Amino acid sequence: MSAADIAGAALIAGGLAVALGAGLRRAIARVPADSGALATCIDALLPQTQCGRCTYAGCRPYAEAIARGEAGADQCPPGGDDTARALAALLGREPRPVNPDYGEIGAPLVALIDEARCIGCARCLPACPVDAIVGAKKRMHTVIADLCTGCDLCLPPCPVDCIAMVPAPSVEPRRVA
Amino acid sequence: MAPYRPRGLELPAHKAVASAAPISTAPAPAVAVLALDQGSGRAARAVVAPGDRVRVGTRIAVTTGEATTPVHAPVAGRVLAIETRPMPSGDGPCVLIENDGSDDREREARPLAWAGLEPIALAAALGDAGVAGYGGAAFPAATKLAAARRHEAHHLVLNGAECEPWICCDDALMRTRAHDVVLGAQVLMHAMGAARCTVAIEDDKPEAMAALQAAVEAARDARIAIAGVSACYPAGAERTLLEAVTGIEVPHGAWPPESGLLCHNVGTAAAAAAVVRGEPVTSRIVTVTGSGVARPGNFEARLGTPVSTLVEACGGYTDRPLRLIAGGSMMGRALATDEVPVTLALNCVLVATADDLVERGPEHACIRCGDCADVCPPRLLPQQLLLGVIANDPETLERHGLADCIECGCCDYVCPSAIPLTARFRTARAEARVRESARRRADDLRERHARHVKRLDAASEAERRAFETARDHARGQGG
Repeated sequence: MSAADIAGAALIAGGLAVALGAGLRRAIARVPADSGALATCIDALLPQTQCGRCTYAGCRPYAEAIARGEAGADQCPPGGDDTARALAALLGREPRPVNPDYGEIGAPLVALIDEARCIGCARCLPACPVDAIVGAKKRMHTVIADLCTGCDLCLPPCPVDCIAMVPAPSVEPRRVA
Repeated sequence: MAPYRPRGLELPAHKAVASAAPISTAPAPAVAVLALDQGSGRAARAVVAPGDRVRVGTRIAVTTGEATTPVHAPVAGRVLAIETRPMPSGDGPCVLIENDGSDDREREARPLAWAGLEPIALAAALGDAGVAGYGGAAFPAATKLAAARRHEAHHLVLNGAECEPWICCDDALMRTRAHDVVLGAQVLMHAMGAARCTVAIEDDKPEAMAALQAAVEAARDARIAIAGVSACYPAGAERTLLEAVTGIEVPHGAWPPESGLLCHNVGTAAAAAAVVRGEPVTSRIVTVTGSGVARPGNFEARLGTPVSTLVEACGGYTDRPLRLIAGGSMMGRALATDEVPVTLALNCVLVATADDLVERGPEHACIRCGDCADVCPPRLLPQQLLLGVIANDPETLERHGLADCIECGCCDYVCPSAIPLTARFRTARAEARVRESARRRADDLRERHARHVKRLDAASEAERRAFETARDHARGQGG
């Protein structure tokens, strides 16, 4: 057996190992190759509060930023450490708790309109990212608590500060036979 | 197909303790505490207010459409309050009715000419009367019947296996009211459009089997057959039973109607028989047993009767009872108080003393012996599930079929390391349900957000176009 044969064999074995390793890493981390599909996988793990605390315009834009490698997996306070861990697992990164710079992790909140003070200006309606506020101009507005994500985005447009954030009613599912 | 091989355990039955005496009628409660959630996990909506007068059979709560059934007053009297009270499965909203002792009826019992009704109308009548699963899940019968019609399931299996130790309310029912069970079977078959019915009974209940055989012969209904299943816990678990009786294995993720089968408890059939006689659902048979009560027995108890009343009817507590359990010794849940009322789902109250309970040693590490996998009725690998629980890894849990765990307790029973596997799996299942519900909510919110963005875009597009139209118009006028 010549030295060249041995070198060739080593090369083939090394190449195989590299290829297998890459395949394995992909398989373990389940990272899709194409970035749009990756963003969809990331988006599926996000809580869809659309609050923008991650500094992006919503959950999908944040997912796309992560997919592009711009954003970290630790920027979603509503998702909490569970979401950060799930994202890190998907991306094959070291899990890190949520960075407090993006906001505190707290109990889920919902917006509550003080209907006595609401003047019916309708400015909060387009601000709600999930259309959870019912109302019309010069008519009282109210928040559908089941749909409210607690994003706070309706607070700034309100000219009379009649919206408060209150603890969300329990959404824990009951046992179903 | 591999021949059916039952998995599970042969356990001491402890049933003769309570089944020796005939069914007695429990005293009516002074205050009936009616759970709006009769055990299905969802609360019905109350339609009475404090101060209202109700009679026996008055509807006091209506279905919300989600796994709930209407509730009817079991006593006549005044509604005292609607408030949260301790229930067999945690605190829940209740309607309290002060019993005036008159037993005035809402209306005289009018028998239903059910044989002439359309199946869908009969199912609706059963649902309206509050018929729900008596086996312990209290799932609305009408929903199951509708699913059976939709999937054209033509085989009704009545579950009289009653495999869990201590519980014998179904045994007592089949022995003493076999005609009701057979009539109920005919009613349910009509309501689902079934061609045949099999009543499955564990082979350690020869009296029940003989009584049912006689009732079927008296009814001259060749569509109804009786099948013995081996007395091996949990023979009465729905999927286990269906496979034992029909040879059909209901696949993962499917429910029985999709496999052409429908399973109801024998108690549900008896309730259906009572409904066609004109009686809404206001009571059930409860086994009160264990060495902690003086005279164990089966009781026909009105819904809302406190457990303490049943214990008194048994001659009270003996020495210091160690634990009060709703259900049997394998799947039952500990009760914090005997003020818990009877619900549709409460089949047994086990007042256990130290003699009745197997003492558990301290927990040790899993030695990977695989005994749990040998006994697991849904053929899961509890030792692998345990790894998923320890690692808190939802994916492992899902891959190993946590959703198919029936929480029967067989793995616990055989584990030489005394690991409380079922409790761990129960917690993990609850967490999985919370995750699943959060995921579904997130999916819904994602869609709502997409529609919101689209609507705003369309609105600004419309504004832009309105502006352009106005501008063009102005130019046209100016030019």
